[in-house]
Amino acid sequence: MSAVTVSRTAGRARAGTAGGNASVGKAAQERRQRRAAFWFLLPDSLGLLVFVAVPMVLAVVLGFFRIDGFGSFQFIGVGNYVRMAGDPQFWSSVRITLLYLVGVVPAIFVVGLGLALLVQQKIPFVGAIRSMLFVPYVISLVVVAMVWEFMLGDRTGVLSRVAASLGFENVSFLGEPSLALGTVVVVTVWFQMGYYMVIFLAGLQDIPGEYYEAARIDGAGAWQRFRAITLPLLRPTSFFVIITATVSVITGGLDLVFVLTGGGPAGSTTLLIFYIYEQAFLFGELGYAAAIGSVLVLVMLAWSALMFAVTRGGRFDND
Amino acid sequence: MTDTLTGTPPRDDAAAPAPPRPVCTRRTDRRWTRSKVALLVLGIVLGLLTIFPLLWMVSGSFKTAAEVNSATLLPSAPTLDNYRYVFTEVPFLRYMLNSFFISATITVLALWFHSMAAYALARLKFRGRDTIFLLIFSTLLVSLPVILIPTFVVVRALGLVDSYAGLIVPAIFNAFGIFLLRQFYVSLPAELEEAALVDGASYWRIYRSVILPLSKPILSALAVFFFLANWNAFVWPLTITSDPDLRVVQLGIATFQQQYVGDWNYVLAAATVAALPTLLIFFFFQRQIVESIKNAGFK
Repeated sequence: MSAVTVSRTAGRARAGTAGGNASVGKAAQERRQRRAAFWFLLPDSLGLLVFVAVPMVLAVVLGFFRIDGFGSFQFIGVGNYVRMAGDPQFWSSVRITLLYLVGVVPAIFVVGLGLALLVQQKIPFVGAIRSMLFVPYVISLVVVAMVWEFMLGDRTGVLSRVAASLGFENVSFLGEPSLALGTVVVVTVWFQMGYYMVIFLAGLQDIPGEYYEAARIDGAGAWQRFRAITLPLLRPTSFFVIITATVSVITGGLDLVFVLTGGGPAGSTTLLIFYIYEQAFLFGELGYAAAIGSVLVLVMLAWSALMFAVTRGGRFDND
Repeated sequence: MTDTLTGTPPRDDAAAPAPPRPVCTRRTDRRWTRSKVALLVLGIVLGLLTIFPLLWMVSGSFKTAAEVNSATLLPSAPTLDNYRYVFTEVPFLRYMLNSFFISATITVLALWFHSMAAYALARLKFRGRDTIFLLIFSTLLVSLPVILIPTFVVVRALGLVDSYAGLIVPAIFNAFGIFLLRQFYVSLPAELEEAALVDGASYWRIYRSVILPLSKPILSALAVFFFLANWNAFVWPLTITSDPDLRVVQLGIATFQQQYVGDWNYVLAAATVAALPTLLIFFFFQRQIVESIKNAGFK
């Protein structure tokens, strides 16, 4: 609060000498701005430092220690990383994360764009349709997981009944290792598609209508217009969608897997992020978990750097 | 798809066949109507399929234990017993109040701090500004799940395990809000503060009485978003608390489900109660939610 008084007096001083030496006034104003900026930035900078930056560094540092449940640290060098390289479960979780990524991101892209194209039309009740498509996104993943678990329950779940009536008797969507990850992919697309629909919709609305009008006059069909106008002009949006979807797939999914499958059956839905959690809080291997986490931190940093470079500081538009 | 942006007023057909129009236009109009019906049907079917899981949850929460696993769409004898059971067997109200208090506090503090930081980054000139922005930007994608373990270690070292502070403070800080607000402040015209500066107003006064009032739309959009995200938070509360008095609603229903495995009528009632506030917020603040997603699209 003292900054406020300080800058206020500085303000008065400046106003008093407003008619005087311009360069002195400018220097004073710069000092004032610097001081104000310091106090404005202080709470968030401090918070980000303690709860984001320090943990990021700590992720790497902790990776060099063995930490037991009582919090005693023992330096073991690159031991955790060596262990990681030879840990089949770690590699399995990497593979599952990549499969999940390959399953979710293209699906979300296609479904999100498709829904956006649909609800962009001038049809009656389009507002209500949009709301229905979006609503899963505001539900917590715990509730999402519960509802789907209920619907997918062996034999009694409504979707299992539907599958049985279609001739797929005794299908266990969550109990069969070969099906469980696919089920998690479907649930992920279900609750995220509304979010990407809105983003694509915003992108579509930025495309000037005249382009379509001109193409129509030139006799371009719907598919041609989509290929020649919509897709290229949607590129910034598409880029943003792919980036965010990838990040949210790698770092999200923890709540969902936690409640829906618990990483099972037979580890078939143990995503990397869940494996880290498991190691840390179920097996008490904080150091090993931090080592795996540090790899993820580095991946995200590299991803941020790429994004920053490609978008020139977060500008996702063309100009 | 065919008529994405024809600019044809939707009510053309309903209107009386007023002035004569070229034949071809009328043909397009008729086609438009047919595709309109098809799209409408498609939209409604997809919409209903999408919300079916939620309707199924609500319907199940009113069914008896005997009926909950049956395939009947609506409960044959709707009962409130499941809700009564949930609220009497576990301190569900307490969980909800905890969640409300925590989410509201995080939202208010986060918006305050982020708007201050964003104001400085967008409207004040000082050395190192770009570096600070770059540093903040670099943490944009590092979300809590990624640094869960080291954050837990930090919070434990600060003695905040099993406390409201431990639930609230680490959740306040993220680059995302700062980034969005900064984008918004950068887009405001430069003349905005000039008059106030000439009058000798402090930067704090400008922030309070010029910038904040202008940010109302974006702040309210972000507020809805932050509140929802924190109401729905699960992993961090799970990690940082074990005291049942500090249990938040998501943790409460997850624990409840573990205790009552297979008692779907109770579990669905609990899930419905936990989802209800988010659904209400969605219905009342839909526009804000959509706006903040659009802003997050770096538009």
